Amino acid sequence: MLWKTAELSGWGRALRGPAQLARPERASTLAALQSEVPAPAIGMRRSYGDAPLNSGGKAIDMTRLDRVLSFDADTGLLEVEAGARLGELVRIFAPKGWLPPVLPGTGLATVGGAIAMDVHGKNHHGAGTFGCHVRALSLMTPKGPKTVKEGSALFKATIGGLGQTGPIYSAKFQLLRTKGDVIVVTERRIEGWDAFISYLDASDATYTVGWIDATATGNALGRGILEEAETGGGLVPPAKRGKKVPVDAPDFTLSPPVVRAFNAAYWRRVPNAGRTVVKPIDDFFFPLDRIHDWNRLYGKTGFHQFQCVVPLAQAGALREILARIARSGLASPLAVLKRMGPGRAGYMSFPMEGYTLAVDFPNRSGAEALISELERDAAKAEGRIYLAKDALAAPETIRSMYPEHGDWLKAVRKADPGAAYETDMTRRLNLRGAE
Amino acid sequence: MTTWIILGGTSTIARAFARKAADRGEGVILAGRDADDLAATAADCAARGAPLGESIRLDARDPLTFGPIAERAGRISDEIGIAVFVGSMPSQEEIDSDPALIDGVVADNYSGPARLLHELAPLLEDRGAGTVIGVGSVAGDRGRIGNYVYGSSKSGFHAYLSGLRNRLGRSGVHVVTVKPGTVDTAMTWGMEKLPFLAPPEKIVQDIFRAADKKKDVIYTPLIWWPVMTVIRAIPERVFKKMSI
Ligand SMILES: Cc1cc2nc3c(=O)[nH]c(=O)nc-3n(C[C@H](O)[C@H](O)[C@H](O)COP(=O)(O)OP(=O)(O)OC[C@H]3O[C@@H](n4cnc5c(N)ncnc54)[C@H](O)[C@@H]3O)c2cc1C
Repeated sequence: MLWKTAELSGWGRALRGPAQLARPERASTLAALQSEVPAPAIGMRRSYGDAPLNSGGKAIDMTRLDRVLSFDADTGLLEVEAGARLGELVRIFAPKGWLPPVLPGTGLATVGGAIAMDVHGKNHHGAGTFGCHVRALSLMTPKGPKTVKEGSALFKATIGGLGQTGPIYSAKFQLLRTKGDVIVVTERRIEGWDAFISYLDASDATYTVGWIDATATGNALGRGILEEAETGGGLVPPAKRGKKVPVDAPDFTLSPPVVRAFNAAYWRRVPNAGRTVVKPIDDFFFPLDRIHDWNRLYGKTGFHQFQCVVPLAQAGALREILARIARSGLASPLAVLKRMGPGRAGYMSFPMEGYTLAVDFPNRSGAEALISELERDAAKAEGRIYLAKDALAAPETIRSMYPEHGDWLKAVRKADPGAAYETDMTRRLNLRGAE
Repeated sequence: MTTWIILGGTSTIARAFARKAADRGEGVILAGRDADDLAATAADCAARGAPLGESIRLDARDPLTFGPIAERAGRISDEIGIAVFVGSMPSQEEIDSDPALIDGVVADNYSGPARLLHELAPLLEDRGAGTVIGVGSVAGDRGRIGNYVYGSSKSGFHAYLSGLRNRLGRSGVHVVTVKPGTVDTAMTWGMEKLPFLAPPEKIVQDIFRAADKKKDVIYTPLIWWPVMTVIRAIPERVFKKMSI
């Protein structure tokens, strides 16, 4: 019973496809699968588009290979199987004084997914991407496990490499010291775009992120809430329980007037003078995980996320991108603005030093056309769009945005000459095709 | 404080059980055949807070592997817990075409674990405390056409556990019989239409609650208790014509 037919979709649920899925629980089973039929690995499918899809083909669900293999309590060096979820590692290690070095906005992402997308977190300006903290990797090749050395071409092609060098079985990475499992957050109301940029530039907090009201126009364009945070210990925040979205929500849930009203209220929630609050660590890093399956709020047709980064000098172009989004009235309340540092670890890693904007759009008429205009704007601003969020881009757009694609392709072809690890995303974007 | 010897430590439910024990701050010794896999789970448990994470060889079909386990158990200074997850379930069709498979099924699900528990019983009596958890199956409640060889081996194990409970209860050792329904494991992955499929963590939560409260026999998830009550009540003259 190794294979099972399943319909796969990414977090955005706009793209779907059937695949034969295996879910090995032991390294030896993964090895046997790879020697019989090499197939791409997938994690928790928290990528929005078609990265974790292989329609009509096979895929390996890594989520049951999720054990801690070794931990050095003196140095914080941790080795885990690639299916381990980052939120679970927070739960285990924060009380011991250690945190995963980089945490994306969901704790349900696996270590394998975090590496294959070279994810960034609220500390990117200081800490770089997840891949910057990886010390060693082990791939499960058709011939058995293979250790990938830090700094090698294969290493740089695997980090941010969309799984195209083969399933990552395990990874060794460096945890960061924390004083405890709470976080002290300062929230500040920001009146508009220029103020937001200056606050982001001036922030010297370890964790900095901005929520932005992507429906506000005119003088209010770019208003939002800046959050700056440091980990701490000692205080015990109240216990909380998860909620679940039981069914697909009806269409009006995220209609423009509802979103505008929600955003205005959300913005006013923070007092004019700002405030400092103490939160459990996962509430700050993974605010949305408390509502299970919240993607169902977007209804059956799903949604898209647009995320781009532009160089520091192009802040003005990003303002125009936001203005276009605000005029469209199509945005959902989920919109994030952040300053990124230069840190990245793979040929195909997303980040560059600059500003990144991420906005969700219900998959309604007009959304696709808007997103393709936004992509064009981002390209013109010498920016990049993030493959973890993408479902719509065209091959030429991505090639022009990722200058090291050629280096990546060379290493990938060597590792996977038979193109066994292709996914719907690599086919749609023709990432494995000729230069 | 309990240290658990987990027999059949590579099974999906056993792994979830070991992790939960680690969360509770209890030690684990994992016994099974795949040494690499056991070592990985042992390391995982140690990182999660188990004061002890070890592995040891067990092959239910090879009684020579039982002695070292009993010997290791004797060196546990904590209270001893034995949790039995050993088992195998070839499909009824495979068995029908190769009846020799029955010997292995009986060894894995019944005679192997029973003989090992019998070797451990004097030690437990001697300690005058401890817990035995035996994982059976709802399939052991009735011989169904689709799965009766597996079912009968579990049925034998249930009867064994019942007797062992009587015996060990006299010296303060508690025996829990666990009858899980269908669980989302490597064994059931890919099977069609499984009713009330439960995650392994749910089974484990119920097992620890039963052990803590000294329950004798539990169905998990609880829905299987009414379901099996009905199935057990069907008269044989009707049941023999059914194909559930
Ligand atoms: C609410 C939310 C917030 C998010 N916030 C952020 C954020 O702040 N920053 C950020 O960078 N991202 C963010 N993301 C995106 C998310 O972190 C990435 O998409 C991540 O890759 C998801 O991990 P996963 O385990 O679900 O991987 P999947 O989505 O299942 O897979 C992603 C890719 O990784 C490959 N892959 C997965 N596992 C392996 C493996 N073991 N070996 C080889 N290849 C593998 C797959 O083939 C696929 O190409 C967010 C997503 C959500 C839903």
